Amino acid sequence: MTPEDASGDAQPASRHIDRAGLVIAAILAALAGVLVWDASRLPSTSMYGMGPEAMPIVVAVGLGLLAIGNLIDALRGNLPPRESADPKAVLLILGGLALLIAIIGLGGGFILATSVLFVTTSAAFGRRAVVTDFAIAIVITTLIYLAFDRLLTLSLPAGPLERLL
Amino acid sequence: METFAALAHGMAVAVQPMNLLYALIGVFLGTAVGVLPGIGPALTVALLLPVTYKLDPGGSLIMFAGIYYGGMYGGSTTAILINTPGESASMATALEGNKMAKAGRGGPALATSAIGSFVAGTLATIGLAFLAPWLVDFAVRFGPEDYFALMCVAFVTVSATFGDSPIRGLTSLFIGLTLGLIGIDKLTGQARLAFGIPELLDGVEVTTLAVGLFAVGEALYVASRRHHAEEKIEPVRGSLWMTRQDWKRSWKPWLRGTMFGFPIGALPAGGAEIPTFLSYSTEKRLSKHPEEFGKGAIEGVAGPEAANNASAAGTLVPLLTLGLPTSATAAMMLAGFQQYGLNPGPLLFAERPDLVWGLIASLFIANVMLLVLNLPLVGLWVKLLAIPQPWLYAGILVFATMGTIAAKPSVVELSMLAGFGVMGFLMRRFDFPIAPVVVGLILGPIAESQLRRALAISLGDPIVLLQSPMSATLLGIALIALLAPFVLKGMNRFKASED
Repeated sequence: MTPEDASGDAQPASRHIDRAGLVIAAILAALAGVLVWDASRLPSTSMYGMGPEAMPIVVAVGLGLLAIGNLIDALRGNLPPRESADPKAVLLILGGLALLIAIIGLGGGFILATSVLFVTTSAAFGRRAVVTDFAIAIVITTLIYLAFDRLLTLSLPAGPLERLL
Repeated sequence: METFAALAHGMAVAVQPMNLLYALIGVFLGTAVGVLPGIGPALTVALLLPVTYKLDPGGSLIMFAGIYYGGMYGGSTTAILINTPGESASMATALEGNKMAKAGRGGPALATSAIGSFVAGTLATIGLAFLAPWLVDFAVRFGPEDYFALMCVAFVTVSATFGDSPIRGLTSLFIGLTLGLIGIDKLTGQARLAFGIPELLDGVEVTTLAVGLFAVGEALYVASRRHHAEEKIEPVRGSLWMTRQDWKRSWKPWLRGTMFGFPIGALPAGGAEIPTFLSYSTEKRLSKHPEEFGKGAIEGVAGPEAANNASAAGTLVPLLTLGLPTSATAAMMLAGFQQYGLNPGPLLFAERPDLVWGLIASLFIANVMLLVLNLPLVGLWVKLLAIPQPWLYAGILVFATMGTIAAKPSVVELSMLAGFGVMGFLMRRFDFPIAPVVVGLILGPIAESQLRRALAISLGDPIVLLQSPMSATLLGIALIALLAPFVLKGMNRFKASED
């Protein structure tokens, strides 16, 4: 599932085959397959009643049926109409989230990580003043850090910036 | 009267100064976050969960009660002033309230919504206080098979019966059930769907899922279609107060809205959409000014707002007495209980009456606080609405990720948050409902363990599900509720082809 499948074709609902609907049906079928594969590895240990492998199979059967249902909807073009989407905005936010995860993972700290996310999100919503937004972001996230880490004693990850406080 | 004694005890807990302060903070934060466009009550509760991490369970639940009601009230303010209902239950309010605001009657619209919410919330909380002990007496006799059947009813009604498309609703539910399977199976200790990733062994956090789907998904969705719609805030002009005429036209819709909202919310039927729309169409039919509907009729704000609030209190009935969440917001409340290892249900009433009755009493107090706080502070809420969209969503995402970072600062957990965000975006884009995913995740494992307990007692004989009259009836209801939308759709098609 990449954001590209979602942003590409945006035709109104019609009696045409909906390609995105076919992808949804395929994903559901694949998910059902993963459930069955995972359940098949579980040793059946229970003496009476259901073991741990029973429920995944039930859910897999449901997902399989729903894959068929979604497939029929897609073939009939029964999906609700969609408006065109702006892939750049979506990618900017996702890029911001990826940077946030990387910064947290590498020990860059809470303030830097969330500030980067703040700037990319506000850029996704059409702001061009990156430097101003970064300054605002640093102030806001520092206040959040102080309020939650010091006041409410939640532990937020500390990096070089947090150690200055 | 047992209820009065219990309620008086609850009041004694709730009016302790610290607890009053918690309720006040909850009401304030709930309104402030709920008023932000695009944030419904479920997300309000999810976003504010970290604030309560370090409190004791009693204080935290009391703050929750305030956040819940505050979030509901904030949502209707947004619906009236910028016509973007944060949830479908506020749609009727947006329809009439926004027209009133455009005509310079935003003040009375906000007032009738606030006072109506207070009336409905208070009456419904009284209903909750009297219904709950009775239902608890009834529920203690439930066997595991009865619980399982009850959950089947909730699954079906939340996903299939009342949505636009039963196929898409059920798809959402089964995605939630799949997510619920991830992690260590509690009965046998086997790891399911963990793929060797240690972080997955504990299962998927409800808050990570809800914040990802609601906050990150919503931000992605709004950003992707930013060029389509421009939001316009209506200024609150003229008097805030309702005229005599406004009062006369409001009080009956408030009461009727409560009558729709509470029973439908209390049934495990999920969602406040039905009572609000029932109330809206009833008021339209009964009104002496039907021509005003669609152009800003005060009855069309008063009734649905009361119905919405009454049904919110109604959903607390199955949540507190049976541990059964029937809306995304109730699922978040359940997550709030679970972070303290508390499981709502008949046992909680017996073991921790101070907690349960303290919570119910706090609902009354939160209601009074909202009434006193909101009208005078409406200027502040309007300022919050005026935050420019880029900063608003940037701030929402910072706060959303903060919750996850505070709970589990791991790369895996944050990646899951981002992944659920993409899922929420795609689900919005392709019109899959979100609430069934959350309900499926939280209720799926409980339903499974009840079913397995029932089957273990019966030595694996599935007939046990039909031997209990309760369970057989409930399973029958679930089956009808599942098939009804398909049959009705078929009948509509049949009619259409006849024409």
